[in-house]
Amino acid sequence: MRVTVKLFARLRDIAGASELTRDLPPGATVGALWRDLTRDFPELDRYERSISSALNADYARMDAVVRDGDEVAFLPPVSGG
Amino acid sequence: MMMPLLRIGHEPLELERIVAALSHSAGADAGADGAVVTFLGLVRNHNVGRSVRYLEYEAYEPLALKAFERIAGEVGARWPNARVAVHHRIGRLEVGEASVAIASRAPHRGDAYAACRYAIERVKQIAPIWKREFFEGGDIWIEGATADPDDVSARVEAEKAACA
Repeated sequence: MRVTVKLFARLRDIAGASELTRDLPPGATVGALWRDLTRDFPELDRYERSISSALNADYARMDAVVRDGDEVAFLPPVSGG
Repeated sequence: MMMPLLRIGHEPLELERIVAALSHSAGADAGADGAVVTFLGLVRNHNVGRSVRYLEYEAYEPLALKAFERIAGEVGARWPNARVAVHHRIGRLEVGEASVAIASRAPHRGDAYAACRYAIERVKQIAPIWKREFFEGGDIWIEGATADPDDVSARVEAEKAACA
């Protein structure tokens, strides 16, 4: 199955893209997708404990299961205002 | 056209129109309100010793709007007579320009002040918005809070700031 990954701010700079597509095995979680990304972009690893994630534009936990066609976003610590 | 109460956009923030929209949203109850409080966050020319040239803001817009909705709902639950409007600007902003505008209204000033302060604290905690600071000699992404809307301690902190 295929999911869209959205990356913001410094995470986007590290990956060099604001949007990626990823093929994942059925039953994969948001966390598994994150680990998959950190293998390709080791610099992401230092965000392991500080990122938030979203599934289809709602905040989600790392153990949330993703489905074909989902949009998963990884968010570094926020700085609005 | 009436401004929405919650908004993210590239256009300069218009406080008067935001206050008007908030007034309009109060409908028949508008006459019961005795206070409006507004907050504008501005781009500062200095940050932790750096001379700031300008900022670039970006947002995960659909989630940021949902975060604003959540904040407005939290305000309504904590201060049932208060209502808020939250507008955030994205894109390049120069020193002195407003990046965020918050307006609140309530029957009495205490609740209006508290609701306004609570809303800006929560925006900083849970809205998926980022600023990149361009300063003399370089640039850096500013990273503040890990966004977690369900973190009760963050909510308590925001409420403490609001009621200080």
